[in-house]
Amino acid sequence: MDWLTVFAIVTDGLVYAAYLFIVAIGLTLIFGVMKILNVTHGSFYAFGAYGAATAVGIYFERDLPAAGGFLFMLLAAMAIGLVLSLILERGVMRLVYGRDEVVMVLVTYAAFLILEDVIVLIWGPRSYAAYQPMVAAGNVEVADLVLSNYDIGLVALAAALAALSYWALRYTRYGRLLTVVIFDRETAAAFGINVTGMYTATFAIGGMLGALGGALMAPKISITLGIGVEVIVLAFAVVAIGGMGSIAGALFGALIVGLCRAAAVHLAPQVELFVIYGVMALVLVARPYGLFTRAQPRKI
Amino acid sequence: MRRPTRIVGGLLFLLGAVAAPFLPGWVVSLATIAFANGLVVLGLVVLWRTGLVSFGQALYYCIGAYTVALLGRWAGVTEMLITVLAGGLAAGLVAYLVGFLLARYREIFFAMLSLALSMILYGVLVKTESLGSTDGFSVSTPTLLGFALHADSLNLVLYWLVLAFCAGSALLVGVYFRSVAGALAIPIRDNEIRIEFLGVSVNRLIHAKLVIAGILGGFGGALAGLSIGHVDPNMSYWTTSGGFVFVTILAGAGSVGAAFIGSLIFEAVRSVAVNVLPGTWQMILGGVLLLTILFLPEGIGSIMTRRPAPKADTP
Amino acid sequence: MISLQLSRYALAAAAALGVSAVAVPAQAQQAPAPVKMGIVSFLSGPAAGPFGIPGRNGAEIMLENLNAGKVPAPYNKVGLGGAKIEAKYVDEAGSAANVVTEFRNLVQRDQVDVTVGYISSGSCLAVAPVADELKALTVFFDCGTPRIFEEKPRTYVFRVTPHATMDNVAAALYLLAKKKNLTHFSGINQNYAWGQDSWRDFVGAMKVLAPKAAVDKELFPKLFAGEYGAEISTLLTSKSQAIHTSFWDGDLESFIYQEQARGLDKRMPIIATAGESAIFRLKDKMPNGTIVGARGAHGLLAPQSELNTWFRKVYTDRYGTPPTYPAYHMAQSLLGLKTAWEKAAGAKGGAKPTTDEVIAAFKGIEFEGPSGKIKMALGDGHQGISDIAYGTYKFNKQSGQPEIVDIMRFAAECVNPPAGTTAEEWLKGGMKGAKCK
Repeated sequence: MDWLTVFAIVTDGLVYAAYLFIVAIGLTLIFGVMKILNVTHGSFYAFGAYGAATAVGIYFERDLPAAGGFLFMLLAAMAIGLVLSLILERGVMRLVYGRDEVVMVLVTYAAFLILEDVIVLIWGPRSYAAYQPMVAAGNVEVADLVLSNYDIGLVALAAALAALSYWALRYTRYGRLLTVVIFDRETAAAFGINVTGMYTATFAIGGMLGALGGALMAPKISITLGIGVEVIVLAFAVVAIGGMGSIAGALFGALIVGLCRAAAVHLAPQVELFVIYGVMALVLVARPYGLFTRAQPRKI
Repeated sequence: MRRPTRIVGGLLFLLGAVAAPFLPGWVVSLATIAFANGLVVLGLVVLWRTGLVSFGQALYYCIGAYTVALLGRWAGVTEMLITVLAGGLAAGLVAYLVGFLLARYREIFFAMLSLALSMILYGVLVKTESLGSTDGFSVSTPTLLGFALHADSLNLVLYWLVLAFCAGSALLVGVYFRSVAGALAIPIRDNEIRIEFLGVSVNRLIHAKLVIAGILGGFGGALAGLSIGHVDPNMSYWTTSGGFVFVTILAGAGSVGAAFIGSLIFEAVRSVAVNVLPGTWQMILGGVLLLTILFLPEGIGSIMTRRPAPKADTP
Repeated sequence: MISLQLSRYALAAAAALGVSAVAVPAQAQQAPAPVKMGIVSFLSGPAAGPFGIPGRNGAEIMLENLNAGKVPAPYNKVGLGGAKIEAKYVDEAGSAANVVTEFRNLVQRDQVDVTVGYISSGSCLAVAPVADELKALTVFFDCGTPRIFEEKPRTYVFRVTPHATMDNVAAALYLLAKKKNLTHFSGINQNYAWGQDSWRDFVGAMKVLAPKAAVDKELFPKLFAGEYGAEISTLLTSKSQAIHTSFWDGDLESFIYQEQARGLDKRMPIIATAGESAIFRLKDKMPNGTIVGARGAHGLLAPQSELNTWFRKVYTDRYGTPPTYPAYHMAQSLLGLKTAWEKAAGAKGGAKPTTDEVIAAFKGIEFEGPSGKIKMALGDGHQGISDIAYGTYKFNKQSGQPEIVDIMRFAAECVNPPAGTTAEEWLKGGMKGAKCK
């Protein structure tokens, strides 16, 4: 194995990890706070991507500077994510708080099925593209390898997102309150924290992060029906590996899966299909609650 | 299940069996697949009473179906009684083996690990190009007690076979629910440490339930495979498991018969939805599921039993 | 539900009558009983956009014009042998169980006379035995696997559209004609039956045609992976001179966007066997020099004919975009069925033929589709073969339209196995019996 292959594995792994982290962070946040495995995360992602494509289409038709288009695309997607998650939380989720965790998963699954068809009704069955930001970013050459600047930007953005969420949870008032709710929601409520309000805010942030994930990926992919489905299982796997509800867990889960997958593609392409589930099964066998979860005290 | 419900259930099964020759072929075929899937759902009900939901039940479904198909392809065995039993046993064996691992898990981790296992089988089957990869392959036409059957009578015989398996499983699972091991399910769901303090090994109880659910899943898959006449790796994909969980919620954990009625309603709703809105039928399915959860919290079974089922504890 | 069903039929019938009343008032005097047809295609899910909807649209526009008697000669007779066609559209999405259930519903509940449909090879393999069991005439329009007629003789099932082996044999022929001293080639194909089969056939053909060329990288990302960074790096650092891919739609477009950002196509050309279905959406984003196929001589690869010009015009006028190959597959399937149906009807003086008479007439016929002649030569006369063409993509900046240049045509007998041999044996045995000019 020459150094170029090693370098390629590391860069490809980082790019894939950045993608996984960006799609998984919203999911793990909602799970940590609300204990809901949110299947509609896939819908947030898809709506974000479709919204980004529409925004890019509108923007680049007018021949405006590319950097602004990128920003406009992200803002449009996050606005869609915000509206969608508020409708869902206020309209549906609110009615089932307190029910079985599994029932809540099923509620989000039902909402996901409906939203899949809402996409067809709004955007139709054809595919969309939003490649302009990636083309505008250009590329750099490292020996025989050509790297896309957009990919490098994604890695930087994922790192920034990780740092930002770390800082927000630790040093902002909302973040600290959130940590309390994650730790013990009954005690938090008893101390006068507005848990319902926290739920709404968390669900909205989770929704915006999901849509942001879709928007950031939109320039790289063809936006077609069913892109949400693929993302759900991927994000679930990453979050389960890292530990449900842990942001550091999502980061490490993404890195492990990303590097393993890149190594598989370069060295043993035949096993690529098994990498994610194989890693997930192995991690869960060794650490049943994921890599970054504290042992829960069992309540009698 | 109380005596009157058992009598009503028995009468319904008899009615279903007697009516079949007078129904159009497509109704019989739809019901055959619905009831075969109902067996898988019954297995999920067994698990759900302890608070466990498997997002990987398609693993057993797929193993049951592939066992039937491979027995015909590799060994030339087409006798339906043998192949279906083999399908159930193979799935049960796998459930027993992975049960040592899975029985230690609860809640969402149980769901995720079972999902990972079923997806690994999916991956293996996709890589197996000699078995047609994702295209799958045909199941040899089954025989009954050595007799080859004509197409129309074959469908009826398969339907009756499925009904017989459903009736048998419903009775046995009913007996199990009334046994001590079965009765402990709901206390486990409420608080398993209390059960441990009674001196019962919760893990072993759950392991047994996993095997029961696995066998039922295997039977369901074997019968569905025979009825469809084709198997493919999609039977092990997570969306297949999702469909079974969907029906379980629709049916509710209250009664055994609800699994089958829920499954029949699900297939019927799906078929009507595809007819009414060919491009956007998922919306109807999602809507039905959402309304069921909101307005029938204990599932369709709760209409039939009309008893307030035990409430889940609120946080 | 039944009343709903009735009202849908009533509406469809009313619409068909309305069209005919305007078009040919003379025909309205004594209309024979209509022919009921089930059309099955992906109407939801990821395969709907690239295949399902063009297939459905192809059926819609063809049936409308057939019912109005407006299709160019020799297809200008109304409907099927003078009987109007009533179509019912069904979604192919879902498991094999769903597909089979809906097929039974079509045949037994809705009593269709014939079903035309199915895109996924899995659906076709699952439906074929049921069609024979129910004795229901079924024409597969788009699925590609050669297994359908190679595994078992079928009675009631036909497939006008050639199977997918010819796509990859012709791709190899074209590539070798353009790059005579090729030493290394790679493939990136989706990890499911279609991708695996395509790659196996391509490698099989390359081994026969250019034994010295070596397989370099064999990449199989999972279906709908969406992110191909690692695969592109692998190809960039390889010594390959060409990349074969059977990617379609979403995956193809995603791969093209990502590889272009990293200049992969500047180093080695891409051979996209299903590339034609994406060119009108990709336009200038499809790299010039890409070798594209269309699973037959369809679309821009089609030879000039009155039928083709007409089909492109009516389709483009209605749907705002030119027809891609799934629409051609649907059109030629319907025309093949029409030819067989009218041959059977002609034998009994124009009366409605029975299913058995249609299948007897269907076997082994030859007819002209919008993209050339089709011969039902394989699978005991149940499987069609046709010529195929490949070409090189070029985006015309002046007109803003995609073009395919350097088109090479390969005769049907050159790229298809002869009758009685399976595709796999044929490739393994060195493509014996191939008649290439």
